[in-house]
Amino acid sequence: MSLNWENYQTQDFFDELVTAKGRARKPASNLIRYLRQFSNEEIERRKKLAEVAIKQMGVSFTIYSEAGNIDRAWPFDIIPRTISATQWRTTAEGLSQRLRALNLFIDDLYHDQRILKDKIIPEHVIKQSKNFRKECIGASPKHGVWAHICGSDLVRDESGQFFVLEDNLRVPSGVSYLLENRAVTKRVFPELFKTTAIEPVNDYPDHLLSMLSSLSPRRLKQPHVVVLTPGIFNSAYFEHAYLAQKMGVELVEGADLIVKDNSVYMKSIDGLQQVDVIYRRIDDLYLDPEVFNKDSVLGVPGLMRAWKSGKVALANAPGAGVADDKVIYAYVPKIIKYYLDEEPLISNVETFVCADPKERDHVLANLDKLVIKPANESGGYGMLIGPHATKKELNQFKALIKSNPRNYIAQPTLKLSVAPTLVEGNLVEPRHLDLRPFILQGKESYVTAGGLTRVAMRKGSLVVNSSQGGGSKDTWVVDTGT
Amino acid sequence: MLSRVAERIYWAARYLERVENTSRLVRNYTLLLLDLPQNVDLSWYNLIILNNAEKEFSDRYQHRSEKNIIKFLLANKDNASAMIQCLKMVRENVRTTRDVMPPETWETVNELSLFMEENIQQGINRTNRHEFLDTVAQDCHKVHGLIEGAMRRDEAWQFFQLGSNIERADMTSRILESGATMLLHQSKASDTKLSHLVWGSILHSLSAHHSYQRTVRTSVNGPGAVRFMLEDPHFPRTVSFCVNALLECAINLPRNETAVKHLNKLKRSALKEIPHDNLGQPFVDWLGHLQLEIANLHLVFSDNWFYWE
Repeated sequence: MSLNWENYQTQDFFDELVTAKGRARKPASNLIRYLRQFSNEEIERRKKLAEVAIKQMGVSFTIYSEAGNIDRAWPFDIIPRTISATQWRTTAEGLSQRLRALNLFIDDLYHDQRILKDKIIPEHVIKQSKNFRKECIGASPKHGVWAHICGSDLVRDESGQFFVLEDNLRVPSGVSYLLENRAVTKRVFPELFKTTAIEPVNDYPDHLLSMLSSLSPRRLKQPHVVVLTPGIFNSAYFEHAYLAQKMGVELVEGADLIVKDNSVYMKSIDGLQQVDVIYRRIDDLYLDPEVFNKDSVLGVPGLMRAWKSGKVALANAPGAGVADDKVIYAYVPKIIKYYLDEEPLISNVETFVCADPKERDHVLANLDKLVIKPANESGGYGMLIGPHATKKELNQFKALIKSNPRNYIAQPTLKLSVAPTLVEGNLVEPRHLDLRPFILQGKESYVTAGGLTRVAMRKGSLVVNSSQGGGSKDTWVVDTGT
Repeated sequence: MLSRVAERIYWAARYLERVENTSRLVRNYTLLLLDLPQNVDLSWYNLIILNNAEKEFSDRYQHRSEKNIIKFLLANKDNASAMIQCLKMVRENVRTTRDVMPPETWETVNELSLFMEENIQQGINRTNRHEFLDTVAQDCHKVHGLIEGAMRRDEAWQFFQLGSNIERADMTSRILESGATMLLHQSKASDTKLSHLVWGSILHSLSAHHSYQRTVRTSVNGPGAVRFMLEDPHFPRTVSFCVNALLECAINLPRNETAVKHLNKLKRSALKEIPHDNLGQPFVDWLGHLQLEIANLHLVFSDNWFYWE
């Protein structure tokens, strides 16, 4: 016995590895041939190998609950997901196009607001945006870039076409898992890396560091870059430490920094050392108790002054989250056209904005067929999946939308693509997944080869968030020579 | 380097040393008790006294049984100095300083933590205790090996050495004290056979038995063991060696004037007037004084590098 494909039916979803006729797609052909030779024992052995590697590397994430915080090992499926290099090249171009346009948009919002004056986006959308920070008006970050690190969520529909589902421009996380997934897979299937041309991913920290260095206000050969974390109790602390280590820079907490004469210094064993660039992993509202949340002990008093006076760079810049709003998302194709005069290379998912009376009526009439999302949440919280919702939930959301239409958007339920996933023993079943690539923009742009593939481990489920039972897979961008 | 990071590395090293010391101490005490004549009454409780943990122990246990004492020393999660808790502190400190340590340090410490969580019972029962404690000690050596072989001699390295050496000096003085105390309460203290056994065990607990024999070249005796563990300049757990190592670290660190001054003073005065001829109460008192000096040294380091504001 080897892998058990008996129950494997992808129905009318797009399958990442297998065609509708049941043949391996080209980028996956080596992988599938190779997996076919495995005995049950061999599958078990490789699964164990992955488990041990994950435990040893200490890859974990934290779940917050009323019962206390639990550090859980990272759930991982050993069968990788493959994407052809040719398709990825176009997708990557589309992603940097999108981020370029979004940065022009943010910069415009905090200066002349041409896009509002030209009535491309209704003014009320910005006025009521939770993430528009009036404190940022007039600030001019270097290269005109506000969102330096972006983690966009991509999905495929039944035809296999990529769509952007959302843009994460605040403090997107997951890239460390992307890198660790590859490290684990190299231990689990070392043989495959010889026969398959898999694009490497481990250059990300180098690109991140040179992007961050390019933001330095002082012209130094080695600007002083630090990663600012809220601390060990943050769910992404693992990633903060991981990135600091891979870049060889200091991981600091708010209490390690101090602002004097609008410059930021780090408390060190040598005394105070000036800091040039802060890769902050703290939300806007906790950054500076002088300006935002007064009770925040995570931030640094005076940091906003230092940033506005151009003495220190913050990545992502405060206020960049305004473009992360799901209502703004609906306008991104127009934003690309407006600033770049280009057609979007990757499409949006069809989106209904509840603030628009006509679209709202459509949403309210079709609630049971749609996915409803609040404009400013992340992690999959506070959303409604119409087809799976109870009558009570539907009514509850009807009321929510009516009372605060600006805060909701709706999208059709997507037929998310699937990939073969080991569910129990040697049993392989299709599971839904998405993809989060990471895009950098400083002086130059960079897109990861592939991204973090998140899998909904529960049968039929569309929720891929790790906080809600999601797992992940290594993602291979495979050059098939075509 | 961040003051906070320096402090965490220093503590990671101190706690790691405590884990290793506890494993060696319990292992050798177990062996010693197997060798003692029936009529000698040596109690496990000495290990509690050695850790200054009399109160903490009596708060939790009524009987000073082997099982209770071993549980307290290895596994009791309410006891801050229990091996499992010390390792937890190593793990937390390494976890929050991953960016300045060799990457495998975290993996090794994490692996050891998982091993300990799963196997702590092995340490409590006598049958597999030796094997369990050996594994713990070996993993501690692995971390030291990584730091020795894969870490740049930067400031982080100096702070790790600072932590290791201050803890070693402290532990050595405490373990010598336990030897002296054990014999102090024996009516047969002058019994050379008993003295030989106890001081031999002390040297084993300090990984020094082999080096002692090669250096001193006489059979193990109290004054010889004490002199070796305090004064030998080349064995890495003697007080003399540790103070020299601390001085060397301090010299390599920035803003070091106070610390260097203190260490020089300690070097000149600490090892004077050792009561070699009476290893009873006068020696125990002398060690108590040395431990205060070491505690004071810690405050000097703290003020100088960790809380400079």
